[in-house]
Amino acid sequence: MLEISGITQIFGGVTALEDVSFRINRGEITGVIGPNGAGKTTLFNIITGIYTQTCGKILFEDKDVSRLQPERLARLAMVRTFQNIELFGGMTVHENVMVGMHTKSSSGLLACALKMPWSMSEERRIREASMKWLEFTGIADLADVMAGNLPFGKGRMLEIARALAVEPRIILMDEPAAGLNSQETLGLAQLIKQIRDLGITVVLVEHDMELVMDICDRIVVLNLGRKLAEGTPREIQDNPEVIAAYLGEDD
Amino acid sequence: MSLSLLSRGEMQFDQILQYVLSGLSTGAIYALIGIGFSIIYNATGIINFAQGEFVMLGGLLTLTCLEYLKLPIWAAIPCAVAVSTVAGLLFERLAIRPLRRPTPINLVIITIGGSILIRGLAMLFWGKDTHSIPSFSGDDPIAIGGATILPQHLWILGITVIIITANKFYFYHTISGKAMRACAYNRRAASLVGIDVRRMVLFSFMISSAMGAMAGIIVAPLTMTSYDVGVMLGLKGFCAAIIGGMSSGIATVIGGLLLGVLESLGAGLISSGYKDAIAFIMLLLILFIRPQGLFGKADSERV
Amino acid sequence: MKRELLKFAAFTAFVLLMPLFFKGGYLMNVLVFVGINTMLAIALNLLLGYAGQISLGHAGFFGLGAYLSGVLTVNYDWNPWQAMPVAAVVVGCLACLIGFPILKLKGHYLAMATLGLGIIIYIVFNETIELTGGPSGLSGIPNLAVGEFTFDSDVKNYYLVWCFALAVVLFSINLANSRVGRALRAVHDSEVAARVVGVNARMLKIQIFVLSAMISSLAGSLYAHTMTFISPASFGFNFSVELLTMVVIGGLGSVYGSFLGAALLTLLPEFLRAANDYDIIIYGGLLVLMVMFMPGGLVRGFPDLFRKIFNRRGGSEHA
Repeated sequence: MLEISGITQIFGGVTALEDVSFRINRGEITGVIGPNGAGKTTLFNIITGIYTQTCGKILFEDKDVSRLQPERLARLAMVRTFQNIELFGGMTVHENVMVGMHTKSSSGLLACALKMPWSMSEERRIREASMKWLEFTGIADLADVMAGNLPFGKGRMLEIARALAVEPRIILMDEPAAGLNSQETLGLAQLIKQIRDLGITVVLVEHDMELVMDICDRIVVLNLGRKLAEGTPREIQDNPEVIAAYLGEDD
Repeated sequence: MSLSLLSRGEMQFDQILQYVLSGLSTGAIYALIGIGFSIIYNATGIINFAQGEFVMLGGLLTLTCLEYLKLPIWAAIPCAVAVSTVAGLLFERLAIRPLRRPTPINLVIITIGGSILIRGLAMLFWGKDTHSIPSFSGDDPIAIGGATILPQHLWILGITVIIITANKFYFYHTISGKAMRACAYNRRAASLVGIDVRRMVLFSFMISSAMGAMAGIIVAPLTMTSYDVGVMLGLKGFCAAIIGGMSSGIATVIGGLLLGVLESLGAGLISSGYKDAIAFIMLLLILFIRPQGLFGKADSERV
Repeated sequence: MKRELLKFAAFTAFVLLMPLFFKGGYLMNVLVFVGINTMLAIALNLLLGYAGQISLGHAGFFGLGAYLSGVLTVNYDWNPWQAMPVAAVVVGCLACLIGFPILKLKGHYLAMATLGLGIIIYIVFNETIELTGGPSGLSGIPNLAVGEFTFDSDVKNYYLVWCFALAVVLFSINLANSRVGRALRAVHDSEVAARVVGVNARMLKIQIFVLSAMISSLAGSLYAHTMTFISPASFGFNFSVELLTMVVIGGLGSVYGSFLGAALLTLLPEFLRAANDYDIIIYGGLLVLMVMFMPGGLVRGFPDLFRKIFNRRGGSEHA
């Protein structure tokens, strides 16, 4: 579904990524792991259009999306969440998710300001549909709370709800378990599986090994900007190079 | 026939030389003001809209020292610069440091507000009239080529060179200067190695206001000074800084000189009414086409 | 939504009944200004408070609307009702062209660029003397008229201007609570997150910039036709700062706040008549104080202040 081929990223004199290639299969949960500095977030930023790669290509459902901006990718049903949650702090939780439905609605500036009937009915639809996503992620009771006041764990859920409102075919999550306690992490694992059951392909960058080994169907391992290994959780756990890469860090 | 053409050509050249020379001296002023902007920006990320007001304070304070305190010129100038520096200190302490949410919008608003306040107080104190202070060493014109300049022009260029050299020395060869540059590159790292970042911020304001005041003093004998002279000078100094890519060194100097000369040529050859517009058109062009300045490296964080 | 409509109805009633308290007189003239400044403050607030883009050159768009209306009606005998929309469209196109490069800038750089733009426009007003009359201004601008009925008195102009102002208020409130309004606020809070969920931040900023410019132009045209005389001095950097002060005082992102700010800053100088020169200090002082102590503006600041006072009182009682 998503094909990364030959991605190389050079910042100034530093090669952050070198010739990284792998495939993401539709309907699976794929984990991208690696020691710190392996280039995981850089790779994510490249895939989701925030950086432009130095060379290489990204094909999404056989379409070359290599240099597309994030807003175009959203319309192609690709969405991501951020490691440091980027919420719209000045709006309520409900409004945050409603923004997620931006690509599923079309009232323009004039139609909104003049309260044209079609924009009013669209507004009602947005309101109802976004509420469903709040219920899906378990934060419907916080609908009218200002997003800036949320505790971190709930904020994480909100960011996921907002991303789901885009009705994506693929969702890329950057360290979704970061900052969550063990109970919240279990809830997250459950949620990710439910997302997969909706037919959405999930790609995660993660450090929490338990979570990754528990829910991922496939894992890609990066180290020092290169792809080290790719396979099922079992294969990765048994891979001596992977073990060396992680243990080797401590030397 | 050919003789008169030749003399007309000579006249053209003389005129252009005149414009260029006077443009260089105004440009030097813009450069000094622009460096003041850059110093604060590099140390704090703040554009100090009130920079022009320190230029104004320099000139007017010198006036007061000369006329009311009856100080001789060599005492009046340091006095005025010192008071302006204190004003810069107060400004940082009262308006900038207490700011709870230093977002760009808040900083823009507070520095604009501060500049208006300073201007208003100046208006109360000195009234709305223009004043002049005497030239440092008389008004006998000096001939250069077919153009004439005044002794004050030489003072301007000379003092500018001294200040810029002193600046370079301070930033590259003294501990506190290097500390300030460290803050400019990476605040957190600087504070981790023990640099008092807040004091560096204060110093940057003080240095900039001193430089601004000096600029105001050396140009006042030529252009008169009044409570609102700081607005345009400040803005044009900012343009010089932008052309120079916010550098506190030679790039902004070139930016200032370039701006001064272009302004002067434009006013003389095209139209004097649009003279002020030249600076702002240049500002827009640079911001649109090359926001890192003519000499800066493209920086992905900049805009 | 119903609450919003009620608020607006109350506001409309308040505005419509105002003249009864003043029965003509000089203050009516000032109230016309309040209407014009309200439109301008709301226009700037859409850009600054909602989209988070700083503009220090809005007086320029205001002036362009005024001068386009003035020049077309005085020099070329246009009908004011034709000149107004044409001016707004011209200003809109200009804002669109400028918007593309200028809105790539952020924070201080955007502030400075808009400042520069505003000053360039001001200089053009001063220098194109054949068209605009230069510093001495342009006079003889005709009043607006509908058939035989001419808007030639302060009371009539009051209702004329406030019809437009109320429309702008309603327009903005509708916009703020809509899909586009949310997208704007999203861009303000986190541009990258907004883009990731599909908001085209760049186009949105440009749209709002154009809208803001067009509303300002409209206000300018109304100003020209009600004052019948305009001069460049009213459209310089000082007025841009005044507008900024109005928006900040009223509260960024609050439409009624903009009205409050506009009303306060238009009426205050009238009550401080003797202190004519001091108004510049007061603006500066107000700006500094507001940003330091009430960054949310009056609309948010006073409720917050009450809450603080009452909480403290409640606390000490229990101690």
